[in-house]
Amino acid sequence: MPAKTWKEWEAPLLELEEGIAKLKALIAKEQDEDRREEFIAKVSEYEAGIDRYIATMYSHLSPWEKVLVARSERRPYTLDYVSAIFTQFTELAGDRHFGNDEAIVGGPAFLDGKPVMVIGHQKGRNIQERQRRNFAMSKPEGYRKAMRLMDMANRFGLPVITFVDTPAADPGVDAESRGIAESIASSILRMFELEVPVISAIIGEGGSGGAIGIAVGNVVLMQEHAIYSVIPPEGCAAILWRMPERGPEAAEALKLTAESAYQFKLIDEIVQEPKGGAHRNPLEAALLLKKSIQKNLDALLKMSPSDLKAHRSRKYREIGLIG
Amino acid sequence: MEAFTKCSGCGKILYSVEFEQNDRVCLHCGKHHRLGARRRIEITFDPGSFEEHDADVASSDPLCFPQYKEKYESAMAKTGMKEGVLSGVASIDGNEASVAVADFSFMGGSMGNAVGEKIARTLDRACQLRIPCIVFCSSGGARMQEGLFSLMTLPKTTASVHRCRESGIPYISVFTDPTMAGVLASYASIADVILAEPGAMVGFAGMRVSKQAGVSKVPDDFQTSEFAFRSGMIDKIVHRKEIRPVLSVLLKSLGAKCYAG
Repeated sequence: MPAKTWKEWEAPLLELEEGIAKLKALIAKEQDEDRREEFIAKVSEYEAGIDRYIATMYSHLSPWEKVLVARSERRPYTLDYVSAIFTQFTELAGDRHFGNDEAIVGGPAFLDGKPVMVIGHQKGRNIQERQRRNFAMSKPEGYRKAMRLMDMANRFGLPVITFVDTPAADPGVDAESRGIAESIASSILRMFELEVPVISAIIGEGGSGGAIGIAVGNVVLMQEHAIYSVIPPEGCAAILWRMPERGPEAAEALKLTAESAYQFKLIDEIVQEPKGGAHRNPLEAALLLKKSIQKNLDALLKMSPSDLKAHRSRKYREIGLIG
Repeated sequence: MEAFTKCSGCGKILYSVEFEQNDRVCLHCGKHHRLGARRRIEITFDPGSFEEHDADVASSDPLCFPQYKEKYESAMAKTGMKEGVLSGVASIDGNEASVAVADFSFMGGSMGNAVGEKIARTLDRACQLRIPCIVFCSSGGARMQEGLFSLMTLPKTTASVHRCRESGIPYISVFTDPTMAGVLASYASIADVILAEPGAMVGFAGMRVSKQAGVSKVPDDFQTSEFAFRSGMIDKIVHRKEIRPVLSVLLKSLGAKCYAG
């Protein structure tokens, strides 16, 4: 029976980590030298255990395990990457029509001293923040804010960097009544109008329409353990077999991993993660992502504004053609 | 064909022949039942004017998805179509348009690689021939069995809508029952003019999902043409019999430049 949650699945690691934390607390208090030595030896034993576990657990993740990792509450979120990759991020708010959707954040920032426009889905870490950010399920206002920022970037010649991490767009009645589908379609359309470089990075859950609404890049990056799918595996299982609990099988069938997306030529690059996933070493994960963004941005900046726009349109017009 | 048909709207029993002659609109309650693509073309465009293109564009099974091949083949056998949309060029009162008509009976009108490609080509063809574009939507959304390929049809078709906008080509979409999810979140919603048949299901998320997610009260007509109209998402709700004349006038007005040149 496959694990249902990331915590269940990483339980052995979490136990070892907990043990280490307790031992470290003991070490700090312990007066007796011998006992301290004993605890320190125990810590390194536990740490070796973690390394061993990670090496085996993460060497061949099944698609479902990737789903669990991509959804992990310890995984770095957009604002974690923004603070590690860019400087002087100024968050801008509001769609100027209805409200400010905190499921999508954005604003200008600097990458190696050069200004860019950053836009991304934002998840929350505790209950209050999750509610405030609506689990990164954006309403129309989020996409309309994103469009506003894209327009601004286009006017002022700032490259657009988007971070994609959403289970889906908001499916509720109010989102529907304010045109959630129209806002996604319009945001996709808007991305074809941009004459600046656009790089999109799938960093966690690339959830269907909610994801593609801000993911139309000249270059699309995807982190090693992120997922990208037309439907959540549980939803797919519910429709196909009327059994949402068969999510693991559906995850397999949907081929929602970075590896598959890359093989199908539906993304441009896989960005490696630190051993054991981005959450094990968020700073290193950010550095790897930054390197890839820099490299790709340098290449895109050699193109003319009209070429950038034409490149994006052509890329998506031709995407997915088989044979 | 059965001699009688029961209307799912009012429960009344209808003579099937009369019902079909009335273009599958209930003679009692006016409910618009789903119409196949071929019949839709017959009642909408000038007789014999439809010239099919891209008839051979068919889906592959890029994911080797369980049971997809079987479902796809039985849909082909059932409908006599290769995919869930017919596309080509047709005219209304002599004015040509590039047209695509979706057929719900083919795997729920779902949009996979091939349907997305046909829609994109229909929009592209309008740009090449400099004639307006009309798309009749009828779809439950993206085709799950093609995974991320299906999701990519959202930007793919939108790229072609973008081309129409840049080329000054008018694009009209008509929502028929149902127009949902991935289709609504791409080419359907960004037409210059959006018409809808009465009572069609129109929405982003599955009804069940929406009701679960919504704390607020769900209106009785939630996710219908009428709800979408009240929300400002569509221009006009049009009775099936009136669609042809409404389109005819729109082609003449919005397409004036196309037809003058």
